[in-house]
Amino acid sequence: MGTRKAKAELLPGTLDMLVLQILLRGHLHGYAIAQLIQQLSDDLLRVEEGSLYPALQRLELNGWIEGEWGLSANKRRARFYKLTVDGRKHLTEESTRYLQVTGAVARIMGFA
Amino acid sequence: MHADSWWKRSRRRLQYWLTRSKRQLLLWEEMEFHIESMVQDLIAQGALEPEARAAARRKFGNMTRTSEDARSVWIAHWVHDLALDLRHAFRGMRRNAGFTAFVILIAGLGIGASSTVFSVVNALLLRPLPFHDPERLVWVVNQEWGMQVDNFRDLQAQNKSFTDLAGFAGVHTGASALTGVGEPERLTNSPVTCNFFTLLGVQPTIGRSFAADECQEKFNSPPATLLSYGFWRRRFASDPTVVGRTLTLGAKPVTVVGVLPESFDFASIFAPGTPVDVFIPWPLTAETNAFGNTLKAIGRLRPGATVENAQTEFKLLAAQLEHEHPSPERNPVKPRLTPLRRHVSGRFGPATMVLACAVGAVMLIVCANLSNLQLARLGARQRELAMRAALGAGRSRLLRQILTENVALSGCGAVLGVALAALGTRAIAHLDAFDIPLLASVRLDLEAVGFTLLAAVLTGVLFGLLPALRVGSFGEAQALKEGVRGSNGGRWHAWVRNGLVVSEIAFACTLLVGGGLLVRSFLRVLDLNLGFEPERAASMRVDPSLRFSGAAQRNAYVDEVLRRVRSLPGIRTAGLTDVLPFAGDRSWQVSGKGQVFPKGQFPPEPYIRVVTEGYFESLGIRLREGREFTEMDRAESEPVVVINETLARTLWPGQSAVGQFVSQDGGRRVVGVVDDVRHMSPEQPGGPEMYMPMRQTGDYGAMNLVVRTAIDQEGMAAAVRAALRPLDPNLPASELKTLQAFVDKAVSPRRFLAMMLAGFAGFALLLASLGIYAVISYAVNERTQEIGIRMALGASAASLQGRIILQTLGLTAVGLALGMAGSLVLTSTLQSLLFGVSPEDPITFAGIGALLIAVAAGTGFIPARRASRIDPMVALRSN
Repeated sequence: MGTRKAKAELLPGTLDMLVLQILLRGHLHGYAIAQLIQQLSDDLLRVEEGSLYPALQRLELNGWIEGEWGLSANKRRARFYKLTVDGRKHLTEESTRYLQVTGAVARIMGFA
Repeated sequence: MHADSWWKRSRRRLQYWLTRSKRQLLLWEEMEFHIESMVQDLIAQGALEPEARAAARRKFGNMTRTSEDARSVWIAHWVHDLALDLRHAFRGMRRNAGFTAFVILIAGLGIGASSTVFSVVNALLLRPLPFHDPERLVWVVNQEWGMQVDNFRDLQAQNKSFTDLAGFAGVHTGASALTGVGEPERLTNSPVTCNFFTLLGVQPTIGRSFAADECQEKFNSPPATLLSYGFWRRRFASDPTVVGRTLTLGAKPVTVVGVLPESFDFASIFAPGTPVDVFIPWPLTAETNAFGNTLKAIGRLRPGATVENAQTEFKLLAAQLEHEHPSPERNPVKPRLTPLRRHVSGRFGPATMVLACAVGAVMLIVCANLSNLQLARLGARQRELAMRAALGAGRSRLLRQILTENVALSGCGAVLGVALAALGTRAIAHLDAFDIPLLASVRLDLEAVGFTLLAAVLTGVLFGLLPALRVGSFGEAQALKEGVRGSNGGRWHAWVRNGLVVSEIAFACTLLVGGGLLVRSFLRVLDLNLGFEPERAASMRVDPSLRFSGAAQRNAYVDEVLRRVRSLPGIRTAGLTDVLPFAGDRSWQVSGKGQVFPKGQFPPEPYIRVVTEGYFESLGIRLREGREFTEMDRAESEPVVVINETLARTLWPGQSAVGQFVSQDGGRRVVGVVDDVRHMSPEQPGGPEMYMPMRQTGDYGAMNLVVRTAIDQEGMAAAVRAALRPLDPNLPASELKTLQAFVDKAVSPRRFLAMMLAGFAGFALLLASLGIYAVISYAVNERTQEIGIRMALGASAASLQGRIILQTLGLTAVGLALGMAGSLVLTSTLQSLLFGVSPEDPITFAGIGALLIAVAAGTGFIPARRASRIDPMVALRSN
């Protein structure tokens, strides 16, 4: 039966960028990515699992990340993701763009 | 997105899709791991395991939903949905096997018929002729027959419109005996000018075309020949070494210089129904010039030249030629130019368009019928659909599901349709006795299959659309409730269904009227007095393979042939002729001896037939006056002729022609007058004719034996051949062809159209009556309760039946009125295809009306009877 796309919690496209940024730290599985985003944002940003997995599929389809199976700290099979060369490039582009947009928004709002 | 990464992405998408079930499992495992990690963390924070597990699940949410969302990144929703719908559709088909089979059968028949007709239209009107740059080819004739060789040569040399002009001898499509290799055989040959194949751009498969010096010899002893592909395969088993060999053709040695390609089907384009075996050169010499108006020409336009300009130029050139070489010296020439395509199949354009429209109408009826069936079935599926809607299926989702189901059904119909069309096109291409050009090239090609697919999808959408739109009203929960049978949107529903049936009847009526008019025309043509009686008459080529030194020897052969054949048991009469009806258009100007025609008026130009005694009797041509030829009309006796009534009336109006003299050969006495024979086609009056005794002239190109048999012609051919064998041991085997076969061939285009249209009309009638039946019995089912009440209150069975039949007739009357009105408008476009029947022919209209009413009453009677047998108690209790 009919399914619907999850609504992004963050600004559109931001989740992808955050996931890529987190993966700069090395090979991580989905749960660790979600945890890290939460911790690094001081619990401000919570990643919905309903958005995370579609995002991971999307990033993989675009060739920005690669998933491979490995063993987690507690010896369970888990899927670890790593950044590809294309992904690194995309992350740089995205961060620049994001900076420009937020900077512009901040200037309008008189924050800067 | 860069093209490169788009490409990589698509490749990955495909890869994911191919390994989708494995990927799905892994995704699931990944998410399980996620939940498990959450549980572990919660436990580490001090929660108890069951609560931790529940909390993690709660937080993660609907796993199925998440996995579907994740998956939808790489499989588009609709692909997945389509697969689901298709699976659902096929499951539904299995469940309702009877209904499904019926729908597929009807759709298949309709699609099969349309693909077949499309193939015919494609072959006759759309596909280019199998020549190089065929659009530049122009058909050039002298009024409606050939032109004289000298005129052809002058036009060829002087015109500036064509790069070149080539021709073939239209009247001399002859026969010559092939002897020396195996069984002697009579071949059909076609003499062509030297440049004929070059001009058309036809390259021999093996060998070469004619060389210039091969086109200078005497016509009767061609030095070279080209074989047609079919003949080469049949007679020489596709042996390539035959090129260069010498064959004996008409007792003369001929070298085979080449084999023409399979794609070059001369016969189907220029002489439908008579396959040509070999091509020989038609020398442009004084000899062939003396043969008269023989050449039918084809020109290739220069770049920039148009047919209109060429026509103007040829008219001027012809006038000049006529001025330089006035009548007795040369035949006048009146060039008429038409694009080759139009000449070949143009006259079948209207008929083909009628067929195409007819099959379109059939398709619409098919769609209306299936639409109606689907609507009825949808009624039965109301609860299923309402359930789906209640479970969250959106309106557009349901709509898509219904459409998918219908397209799947019509897709299955298309498979059946392609199979039927393959059979149909094969059958049509093998109708070799049919006088329709290019028919042999009808085949189911890629274009036709593409058309079929398109037709299938369109059909599915068309007949699925109404039911699908209907789905919208299933949202209401009341449909789920038991017992509100049919009340749901009932009025609108009934309107649509009645409308569909009415349009079915209207279309069927139009088709029936059109088919009826064409069949009546066909019967009219069969009823015509042809001037001869084809029944029990048969003919066979008996040209000797020997060469005669003079008239005495030739006449001895004639005497002997007739004597031997007449002595055979079962032969009533026998005669010889050079041409048979519907063949040969040799004509000369003839006047009464001493008659002078004023300037600008010309003597009549009768068709010439060279015959022996027994010919008139064998063919059943009635003698009006005087006598027919006898054995005594010989070279040494008085020169005589027999003429037909038209020529007699033209030359000697109001007087008896017998005893008069015609100008032919310095004066021939008219000894008899016979009935006119329709020798152009059964539908055209024949015009003037003059018969000359065979023993008094050597000027004939063929010798046909015509016999009238007492018994069936079975085995007669062998007996005739055996009787003639001692006369000419090399007499080629040929069959005794009935004259009826010639007549059949002449009326074959009309028969073809009438048969096809009658078939479509019959199918349409069947579909319309099914439609009526479906609607009426649905209405009866819906009203079971009401009928029960009526019966309980004392309504009689007869009055109930009457009401239902009246309802049926009401629908039919509306359909008939619309159909008749439509027919009146449409049949006027049939005018050119009718013969002896007016487009408003009251008999056809009345007959079709009566037929439809009778059929409707018959089909309405079945549900009516069922209704009158309803047990009121059962009906009232059922709900």
